[in-house]
Amino acid sequence: MTATNEQATAGEVQTVVAARRLEHARSVFIGVGRPSTAALLARMVHNPGLVLVYESGTIGAKPFHIPLSIGDGELAETADAVVSVPEMFNYWIGPGRVEVAFLGAAQVDRFGNLNSTVIGDYEHPKTRLPGAGGAPEIAACCQEVVVIAPHSPRTFVERLDFRTTVGYGDGPGDRERLGFRGRGPTAVVTDLGVLEPDAETRELKLSQIHPGVQEDQVREATAWNLEVAAALERTPPPTDEELTALRELLSR
Amino acid sequence: MSEITSLTEAVAELVHDGDAVAIEGFTHLIPFAAGHEILRQGRRDLELIRMTPDILYDQMIGMGTARKLVFSYGGNPGVGSLHRFRDAIEHDWPHPIELEEHSHAGMANRYAAGAARMPCAIMRGYVGTDLAPHTRVKPVTCPFSGEELVAVPALRPDVAIVHAQEADREGNVQLWGIPGVQKEAVLSADRALVTVERVVDELEPKPGGVVIPGWVIDAVAEAPGGSQPSYSLGITTRDNDFYRFWDKLSRDRDKFEAWMREHVLEPSRDVASR
Repeated sequence: MTATNEQATAGEVQTVVAARRLEHARSVFIGVGRPSTAALLARMVHNPGLVLVYESGTIGAKPFHIPLSIGDGELAETADAVVSVPEMFNYWIGPGRVEVAFLGAAQVDRFGNLNSTVIGDYEHPKTRLPGAGGAPEIAACCQEVVVIAPHSPRTFVERLDFRTTVGYGDGPGDRERLGFRGRGPTAVVTDLGVLEPDAETRELKLSQIHPGVQEDQVREATAWNLEVAAALERTPPPTDEELTALRELLSR
Repeated sequence: MSEITSLTEAVAELVHDGDAVAIEGFTHLIPFAAGHEILRQGRRDLELIRMTPDILYDQMIGMGTARKLVFSYGGNPGVGSLHRFRDAIEHDWPHPIELEEHSHAGMANRYAAGAARMPCAIMRGYVGTDLAPHTRVKPVTCPFSGEELVAVPALRPDVAIVHAQEADREGNVQLWGIPGVQKEAVLSADRALVTVERVVDELEPKPGGVVIPGWVIDAVAEAPGGSQPSYSLGITTRDNDFYRFWDKLSRDRDKFEAWMREHVLEPSRDVASR
């Protein structure tokens, strides 16, 4: 059966668009879920030499199946190198050896800062989330960050309940002041479109909108007053090759 | 020289009420059998240290074993929330729990400093986040370059527990696959217990194998299948279905307690101890 463009779900488009971001990358740091699926898809369709780096210490993993956890045995068995956690952060992440990092979050603000710690007050949270994991140092050190998150006003908030991970902080100059080596978030890929930071203000603006999505829909799903970039692009729909490869990957 | 003993005796001797206990294993080689034995022996008031408190610490927190949790990521890997961990923090059930929270880089460096018997580790991290004012991290200036860095205090657990594939009869241990932070945890602690899948006459060197000499380990206990539902590469496989099952079961306090009574507190039924 041939996959056709009309059949692509919003989630599939999001994965396909995230994978396209890796077309020219040498290496990508990924967690499980959609980031992992997108990176595996990128290896299948765009960039067979892409090096996958997982937090568990597996560098150059080539899993056939989408892993459930970052520590699945298949990652260690197929990796070029398997390193300890101190080595992963001190020798690989810290010096900025990894080019792109895919990160998720429960909340994202207009400067691409992320919350994965608590909803509500830290001492008495309404919802306790898992916490930082590797994200703060990954976002500070990897050469660029791509955030992957579902688009809703609960996620794209006016103000984070907790700043777990710094994107552009409070605006221009903050990353430099904090001594971060990486460039910061270059894109936020959602199920509705892509937000990219304004070159001057660093505020995330809508730069790309997925097939069939209206601008109003994206603005309604964003709690801050989302601006639209001057050169708003319509996302090219997933190709047959992309969609067929993605569905085959998910069916393994 | 480490003593090869039973898990029951090793836990009785090495883990005491009130101890700071580090049980490590980064998604791989998680010492479930040892954690379950701590529960059966009814230890209380523990400071539980672990980078990634997953199902094992969810069980220990839910059973009221922990006074304090030192950690960097409290989730069910690839599945979602840890419901007992959340219930303890959000609703003080079964009792309030003190938190000391770090990033992975911070925890890894704290273990490495503990292993080196240094008072702290120096790193880049935490700056600009809301974590910094809620945890133990301080600014420090590099005396050579003048660069602003941060220091995190060394971790020095009373006891560290890890799981490995093999030990020889002298108690030397070899683990392979994802090595996590196990070597650092063992060397950072005052006492160390290693559970193994099997005891062999001679350790055969494995690619990427990490060997921990028996003379830095206090006790080695044979616990075949003792890392299930996580896994021991080459011997057991990760039981992904159990991680999904736990997400459903652990949402309910009564179901959780009934399951723990039936499957963990009754030792003959403990999957991880079989």
